Amino acid sequence: MELNALSEQFKEAILQATVRGGQGVVECQVAKLHEILQFCHQSPVYQIDVLLDVVGVDYLGKAPRFALVYLLYSTNLKHRMRIKVWVDEKDKVPTASDIWHSADWAEREVYDMFGIHFDKHPNLKRILLFEGFEGHPLRKDYPVNRRQPIPEIEEKL
Amino acid sequence: MEQSFLTTKISEIVAWGRKYSLWPMPFGTACCAIEFMGTVSNMFDISRFGAELVRFSPRQSDLLLVLGTINYKQAAILKKIYQQMAEPRYVIAVGACATCGGFYDNYAVLQGIDEVIPVDVYVPGCPPRPEQILLAIVKLQEKLEAEAKGKQAKDQLRAKAQILDSARHSEFKGTFVPGSQTTSGEKH
Ligand code: SF4
Repeated sequence: MELNALSEQFKEAILQATVRGGQGVVECQVAKLHEILQFCHQSPVYQIDVLLDVVGVDYLGKAPRFALVYLLYSTNLKHRMRIKVWVDEKDKVPTASDIWHSADWAEREVYDMFGIHFDKHPNLKRILLFEGFEGHPLRKDYPVNRRQPIPEIEEKL
Repeated sequence: MEQSFLTTKISEIVAWGRKYSLWPMPFGTACCAIEFMGTVSNMFDISRFGAELVRFSPRQSDLLLVLGTINYKQAAILKKIYQQMAEPRYVIAVGACATCGGFYDNYAVLQGIDEVIPVDVYVPGCPPRPEQILLAIVKLQEKLEAEAKGKQAKDQLRAKAQILDSARHSEFKGTFVPGSQTTSGEKH
C-alpha cells in the first residue's frame, strides 16, 4: 500500500497521508472528499470496491466539531484504507452512496446518531431510532438521562 | 362417600383453578429469557407450579413474562401484546432490565416496563436465578388467592391502572420478590 498516487492527484486537498500497519490513513478536506473517494474507487492502483462503514466521531469543543471516517477495502488487492474528514454541524457532506450502495445505510446511521447531513443522499432519514425521536444521541452533549416520548404502533387496518 | 362434600365460594374455586393453570407467554428479548429456559426445563421444572404450558400467542395465555431489555421501539410492541391478552391477565417483570431498565440508563431503553403496562410482580436480579422466577409465580398465586378472598379490591385498581399512557402510576404497586437464598441446582 502506498499513497503517492493519491497525494499527487489531490496535492493540498490531502492534509495527511500515512501508511500505518499496512493500512492507508488519509486525512482530507471535505470539499474534495467525493472526488477522492471516486478516485479510490476507480483508480487501478487502489481498486477500492467495498465501503465497510462510515463512522462519525464527536470531538466536542473542537472546531470543526465532528470527524467522519470512511473505512474502505479492496477485495482484489486485499488492502484497506481509512479516510478521515473534519466536518461541522452545518456542513453538507457529499454522499458516497452513488459510489458504493453500502454508503446509503451507513450515512443514514451517521445522520441518525450525529445529525450530520449528507448532500444528495437518496433517502436521508432515521434508520435505527424511531420517528419522533428528538436530537442525536451519540453527540457528546446529549444528556445521558434524557427520555423520549414512547412511540405508538400505528394501526394498519 | 356420601358425606364427603366441600363448601366454598365460586370466586375462590375459580381462583384456585386459575392459580395452578397459569399459561405463560414469554416475551423474551435478552439474556433473562435464557434463565426462563432454565426455569421451564427439567432442572427447575416450572410445571411443579402448574405453569408449564408455554404459549407463544398472547391470545391463549394469561401470564405475560417480560424477560429482558425493553427499548423504546419494543415498548409499543409490548403494549400491543398486552392488549391482545384476554382478561384476567397478569404480568411478571423478570430481571433488572424489565423492572427498571437495569444498567441501561441511556437514550434507547425503557426505564421499566411499568411505564407502558401494569406489573403484578417484579423480580430483581441480572439475571435472576430460576428459583426467583418460580418464587415470583408463587407470589402471583398468593396474589390471586388474596384477590378472590377480597383482601384487595384489585379489580378496581386494575381498571384504573388499565393501560397506562403517562408516567408510572402509584396506586398499582406490584409485589417485590427478594433475592432467592436457595442454592439448589448448584451441585448436580
Ligand atoms: S437484567 Fe441482566 S440478564 Fe436480564 S436482560 Fe437485563 S442485562 Fe440481561
